[in-house]
Amino acid sequence: MKWIDYSSPETLAEALTLINEYQKDAGILAGGTDLIVKMRADRINPGQIIDIKSIPELNQVNINSNNDLTIGSAIPCYKIYNNTDIMNLRPELKDSASIIGGTQIQGRASFGGNICNAAPSADSVPLLISLNTTCNIQSTKGERTIPLQDLFSGPGQTILEPNELMVSITIPNQSSLSGANYIRFIPRNEMDIAVVGAGVSVTLSNDNKNFESVRVALASVGPTPIFVEGINKEISGQEINDESIRTVSNMAKNASKPISDMRGTVEFRQHLCEVLTRRALITAIERAKE
Amino acid sequence: MATKKKEYKVIGSRPVRHDGVDKVTGKAIYSADFSIADLLHGKVLRSPIAHGVIKNIDTSKAENLPGVRAIVTAKDFIGSSDKNIEIAEDRNEGETTRLKYLRDNVLASDKLLYIGQPVVAVAATSPHIAEEAISLINLEFETLEPVLNTTQGLNSNSIIHEELQTKELGAKIPGNTNLAEHIQHKLGDPEEAFKHAEVIVERELTTETVHQGYIEPHAATASWSNDGRITVWCSTQGAFPARDTTADILGVPISQVKVVPLEIGGGFGGKIPVYLEPVAALLSKATGHPVKLVMSRKEVFECTGPTPGTLMRVKIGADKSGKFIAAQAHLEFEAGAFPGSPVAAGSYCVFAAYDIPNVLIDGYDIVVNKAKTAAYRAPGATMAAFATETVVDELAEKLQMDPMDIRLINTAKKGTRRADGPTYPTIGCEEVIKTIKNSEHYNSPITEPYVGRGVAIGYWFNVGLESACTISLSKDGTINLIEGSTDIGGTRTSIAMQAAEVLGLLPEEVIPSVVDTDSIGFTSVTGGSRTTYATGWAAYDAAIDVKNQMISKIAGIWSIDVDNVEFEDGVFFSKQDTELKISFKELAAKSGAPIVGRGSVSKGGMGAGGGSFAGAIVDVKIDPETGKTTVLKFTCVQDAGKAIYPSFVEGQMQGGSAQGIGWALNEEYFMTDDGRMTNSSLLDYRMPTSLDLPMIDTIIVEVPSDGHPYGVRGIGEANIVSPPAAVANAIYHATGVRQSRLPMNPASITKGLQDHHSDILNSMNC
Amino acid sequence: MTQSKTYVRCTINGDDTEFLCEPRQSLLECLRDVLRLTGTKEGCNDGNCGACTIMLDDRIVTSCLVLGVEANGKNITTIEGLASPEGLHPVQQAFLEEAALQCGICTPGFLIASKALLDINPNPTEEEIRFWLANNLCRCTGYDKIVRAVVKAGEKIREG
Repeated sequence: MKWIDYSSPETLAEALTLINEYQKDAGILAGGTDLIVKMRADRINPGQIIDIKSIPELNQVNINSNNDLTIGSAIPCYKIYNNTDIMNLRPELKDSASIIGGTQIQGRASFGGNICNAAPSADSVPLLISLNTTCNIQSTKGERTIPLQDLFSGPGQTILEPNELMVSITIPNQSSLSGANYIRFIPRNEMDIAVVGAGVSVTLSNDNKNFESVRVALASVGPTPIFVEGINKEISGQEINDESIRTVSNMAKNASKPISDMRGTVEFRQHLCEVLTRRALITAIERAKE
Repeated sequence: MATKKKEYKVIGSRPVRHDGVDKVTGKAIYSADFSIADLLHGKVLRSPIAHGVIKNIDTSKAENLPGVRAIVTAKDFIGSSDKNIEIAEDRNEGETTRLKYLRDNVLASDKLLYIGQPVVAVAATSPHIAEEAISLINLEFETLEPVLNTTQGLNSNSIIHEELQTKELGAKIPGNTNLAEHIQHKLGDPEEAFKHAEVIVERELTTETVHQGYIEPHAATASWSNDGRITVWCSTQGAFPARDTTADILGVPISQVKVVPLEIGGGFGGKIPVYLEPVAALLSKATGHPVKLVMSRKEVFECTGPTPGTLMRVKIGADKSGKFIAAQAHLEFEAGAFPGSPVAAGSYCVFAAYDIPNVLIDGYDIVVNKAKTAAYRAPGATMAAFATETVVDELAEKLQMDPMDIRLINTAKKGTRRADGPTYPTIGCEEVIKTIKNSEHYNSPITEPYVGRGVAIGYWFNVGLESACTISLSKDGTINLIEGSTDIGGTRTSIAMQAAEVLGLLPEEVIPSVVDTDSIGFTSVTGGSRTTYATGWAAYDAAIDVKNQMISKIAGIWSIDVDNVEFEDGVFFSKQDTELKISFKELAAKSGAPIVGRGSVSKGGMGAGGGSFAGAIVDVKIDPETGKTTVLKFTCVQDAGKAIYPSFVEGQMQGGSAQGIGWALNEEYFMTDDGRMTNSSLLDYRMPTSLDLPMIDTIIVEVPSDGHPYGVRGIGEANIVSPPAAVANAIYHATGVRQSRLPMNPASITKGLQDHHSDILNSMNC
Repeated sequence: MTQSKTYVRCTINGDDTEFLCEPRQSLLECLRDVLRLTGTKEGCNDGNCGACTIMLDDRIVTSCLVLGVEANGKNITTIEGLASPEGLHPVQQAFLEEAALQCGICTPGFLIASKALLDINPNPTEEEIRFWLANNLCRCTGYDKIVRAVVKAGEKIREG
């Protein structure tokens, strides 16, 4: 690895000042499970590593009186599924947190890092998009909040300015009639990058018989994670049955824009979009009914 | 010569291995752990193109980087490259290898032949500085068209080695070619016999390049001292072969080189070749310091020796009772950048499980612009068995026969002659087949849809070769056992147990050491499934020698004839006066010249002990919508001759099975059109994790080998041969789709299912 | 800017430890090359094989993806800290008795990971063991005897 300098600011203000100073030369270090790998492979070369694990705002979990859940960007996956408050409120987050890498990786990797690394295959993103998650971004110039689905601009690229830091994500409260699920297809049973991933959130009608709203997002089938547009227009109000479920899953397939690479071909990925969306939707519906 | 007793005191037990505590406490020293005073660190610049000519190497910027101490290239080898030498892998074939090929694979001299080929090496004060120095070296080259598979190799105008001549049936054919060798074996008249077959199945199959996947990357440290002696510390599958090859590559006499083998983190054949040792030595000579090199995982994948990709055609004809009357195989193996794929071994093993009177086997060793292949656990046999065993499964189905019954009718036995020449001594093929047929797994019902069961059997011939062993008796009645077989899986203990059995000792009363090349007689590779067999035999002989010396000693003390002394149950006694007796320990304590026993064996080339047969039964479940295969149940059945340490035998069976499953389902090299591997990490080169496998059941069959004092057969390799074919057959029985490519990954299974369904739909529409 | 080493102070296997390192050196490098604790192994350097597994505070991590400078103030357990003067840890003993190692290179990583599992779940099922250990690769054993050893160690620990 080329030479790097390292700092570990203990306040958010200090971190933002450093990031503003170093801009493109700054490498934001949470778990390091993507950053260090990319640096060793010479794919990126930030000279100034800024460790965010000592900053309170990035390491906090907050559930407000509305049951909106805010998770600091540096919190590692294992602290998400081991946190009883989070698991009581949003148990579906375990779907993603427990499959990013393996046990050791989950000891370090964070949702914040998984998001900002911005791989199209990121396992936290489709589920979070389906839950209407927003990103809380700050810089020395101010702060802004944007929907997660608007964060990505290309493979490995976000719309964050070089002086901006994503401090936390907020998952808004979901209706009691809703459920969500993330599943992915990998050739082994763990440790692989998703060939295709599908995150689905569904809200049912009061009598559990009809769809009120479905949100679907996909991993690994485009240059960025894909939010499938227009689903509610098609199926909101419709009865939940095999046909309407298939309508959703086929819309997901048609929204996908995969390429062929060593992890999968176009045809196989499109096929999997339909299969995984359908299966995730069925699970989400079951969870909504509970 | 011992009779093969049924009841042993030590053989067949499960003591704690001698190196076990060090390995579970982190104290064992592997080659990357090694350090010494004044150490420098080396890194290697590697070819960025698959085929080209070196034009210029400019190292000036690198030389000026602070911390850089030396830079070496192929020019630093001593003496001419124009000679032939014998390396470990040549032993089976009675072959030799061009020294230039070995040197060019350590540091390239003129051409660039694969992406990753080593060209320049740098020594610096830290690995990070050495890495930076590499990035400052300017390598200029002319690019040539690459040759990337066997079909291209046979047809392309791009020639990799201009001087290469095809070895064909004993002669050398001049002309521009990438075909290094064509071998052929023939028995009877297959062309005629096929005409009389009731059923013929013929298939074309391909397999992709796979890597041995050992968890420990290669590492070596060398120190070239002022008296000219070169000491090398490394993880190797053979300290002596490594010494000899390193000396030849450097151009120095073998007496100038000492190899100190450290603990080794897996090899499976891939740590027989030398890559870093001569480089470390050259850098040490240039700097006057010891120099250490450690490969990265990327270098392990791209720059060491995987096993070849292949293209094969196998055809078998049977009569209506299921007897195979004719068989034919066409085997094209990628050698990599230099000649020497295991196609010959593949040709010996392809029909090895069967007694077939008319056989034709053609094998082709083809150079391509990829890394030079190396041995991988029963090299060549696994690909060949994938072809044969799936064809046999298809024949069984066509004849409506049970898959084990058809194998039983055709099984090889003692006296069966193979097309490549050898006639089998006592072997356990039939017993393995019968054990599978009678097993609980094979006879358990399958009730769920998309669940299928597959079986296959495979063979590895094992080798004997040379080993030496000395045993010194201590006055407390323990023995120090000195041997030279590097211990990858516990062999120092299974060897010690064989000596312990002779002398009535417990395993913990034997203190085994694996020593360097100055300290024991020549010992060949830890490979070829020879170690417990041949080095164990040397230990047995050394223990007999100790026993005989002790008999001489006590006979002298008692003033009786040596023929009147017996040794049983740890006691020496006079046959004529039972009052005259002394325990092993008491005799050891008596003063006198040190008792040092010696064993030295040469147990022949391939087929030593007859080799080992192993079979696999596997149940898989296929997700028909995704093509994902789950292995539900797996049983490995193997003939061990005599299991010295059953836990180790089971462990080898399970390990080979796991590698075979990975090979079957997910492992392959993804290559671009310009010859670059895109998945050279453990993320995308997908070896099985603990979550991908079930428990692996093992059944050890024991058909003692003819010669060995305990009937041992080498078992390390044959267990990898059958799993890919067994998994392929299981997938067929689960889905109705025959597999003709390894790996059988989800995309290909899904596609096969979709095509199969549309075929059925189309046929219904007619 | 002058390139100088960073001073790190932490607890390793119960001992107060200090060392100097460059920020680009991983914790794995610091353990092995600076502190000469070579029991923790490098297999891939990118988090995929688990041979470099250590306990960092309350959790197992792959030390190849932790920078040495991040260890400041932390509590680290490596394989060298598993046994005590009284004897081997039950999981080490179980690995020996069940022959759950062949070449042994992956064994330190597996032992640290297995102990961490048994510390939080002393009676794991086969599925739980396999899931927990999926970040540790073994190429020699096929995992069968490793799973058995973890089960056996769990029994021993529960017996007290």
